[in-house]
Amino acid sequence: MPASIADALNTLSAGLILISAFAMVATRQVQGVLRFFVVQSLLLAASSFILGYGHNSVHLWALGVITIAAKVVTIPWVLRRLLPTDFYERREIAQAVNIPASLLLALLLTVVAEFIAGPLVAGAHDSVIGVNLPIGLACVLIGAYSLVARREAIPQLIGILAMENGAFFAGIAIAPELPLIAELAVAVDVILIAVIVGLLTRNIQERLGTTEAAALRELKEEPAEWL
Amino acid sequence: MTETIAYNALQVLFVLAVAPLYAGLLSRLSEIVQSKRGPSVLQPYWDLWKLFHKDEVVSEESTWIFRATPWLVFVTPVFVTTLIPVLTDYPLAFAFMGDMLAGGFFLGLAGFFAALAAVDTGNPYGPMGASRTRMVGFLAEPVFMIVFFTVSFVAQSTIPYIVQQKWVASAAAFFSPAHILLLIAFLMLILAEGGRIPVDNPSGHFELAMIDESKGLEYSGRGAALMKWGGQMKFLVLTCIFLNVLVAPWGLAGGRAIGEVLIAAPFILLKVLLFAVVLVAIETSLAKLRLFRITEFLGAAFITSVAAMVTSIFPGAQ
Repeated sequence: MPASIADALNTLSAGLILISAFAMVATRQVQGVLRFFVVQSLLLAASSFILGYGHNSVHLWALGVITIAAKVVTIPWVLRRLLPTDFYERREIAQAVNIPASLLLALLLTVVAEFIAGPLVAGAHDSVIGVNLPIGLACVLIGAYSLVARREAIPQLIGILAMENGAFFAGIAIAPELPLIAELAVAVDVILIAVIVGLLTRNIQERLGTTEAAALRELKEEPAEWL
Repeated sequence: MTETIAYNALQVLFVLAVAPLYAGLLSRLSEIVQSKRGPSVLQPYWDLWKLFHKDEVVSEESTWIFRATPWLVFVTPVFVTTLIPVLTDYPLAFAFMGDMLAGGFFLGLAGFFAALAAVDTGNPYGPMGASRTRMVGFLAEPVFMIVFFTVSFVAQSTIPYIVQQKWVASAAAFFSPAHILLLIAFLMLILAEGGRIPVDNPSGHFELAMIDESKGLEYSGRGAALMKWGGQMKFLVLTCIFLNVLVAPWGLAGGRAIGEVLIAAPFILLKVLLFAVVLVAIETSLAKLRLFRITEFLGAAFITSVAAMVTSIFPGAQ
């Protein structure tokens, strides 16, 4: 496998990562959002394997393995264990912005990302950066957007994780030799975030019967015996 | 020159002959997936044969539009066939007569007249279907435009034959994000334009739920046959544009000998068969969308195509 084909495959996964970011914005069902997140993480892992092969970098291989272990296996498993199945079948009807408008905004964010990344990429030494940086940046922005626009707790959490995916995707092109300890720390962090938000959501669900962020307006002064 | 004209004619004959087979294949495959046996693959041919031998009834109240429309619907896909690569990967005699936009205009013309003819007879279901088709049509239009503009921007040409050679030239162009996004946008467009499942149910018989089918309800005999055959050809032509120009420009005849062109035909059939399997997989795993959800579906296609444009225009992407 020559380096040019490795680059081409990396470009392919870049395109698919962008599509899965759009798909996460367009999906109503909580389950669907989670599935697209898993797909995106798999693509991220594939991209880091491909780049690891192209650059002969063991770090990127390790990163791919960490990504699969943390984001493809552990996080979905943890989230599914913490919350009942009917939670995942729920559709989120009342979003802050409706879906076509959300998609248009996501598109706008992609344009912004390309616009910002353009001058940065122009001075880059590696053509891979030209692919990964704008799309990674777009994923970060789209993830941040879904954090704002979503009303359910789990899609909001997945928004954070998708931001992290985007940052990694840009990062593996810019700094393929990042120390492994940093990657490991981030991976553990991400799992911890998933566990904490999942637990919190589970308790909110048990207490109030809803996890819609919009419904949680009043502060309740009751003894917190469930902690 | 004469030989390229002959090959052009051969392409038209190929599309004429294979279009009913493609329709039969699709319905047979989806029946098999639903664990039924389904009609023979050749059933659309028998249907056409039967309709051509039946009497035609035309309402006295209708105008020339009603009588001219079946011919237009039948002829426009033939025109488009002369512009696109169906069997050969080098431009044929009429290739430079019009570009992809001309193809879009031809198909749009047929759609326009079909909608007029549906209103013409005063059948209550006709105008309903016509207005719905127009709704899907005007939502699909911007996607068409953006896809064509992006393709011509990337390939520096609007002639399908030249665009197709662009993707084969390098793996980097083939796998670029712009290309992948374009493929998905165009696939969604084919589903909408061909009246396939997430947008419209091609096998439905309930007039109130019809989008594409209800335009032809008033036709009988030869008119119905032409409408049907024209619709099948339009879908095959769209599939050929998708497969031969955008997705898999392989298997086309590269040489000028008649033998090579004839050998290309089974390869194209194989590609069409594979695409039919993908299409059936999509159709059986999705439910038909509610009418006002179609906006969202085509909106998503639009976003995808604009994202393709954005990633191809900015300097970092290439």
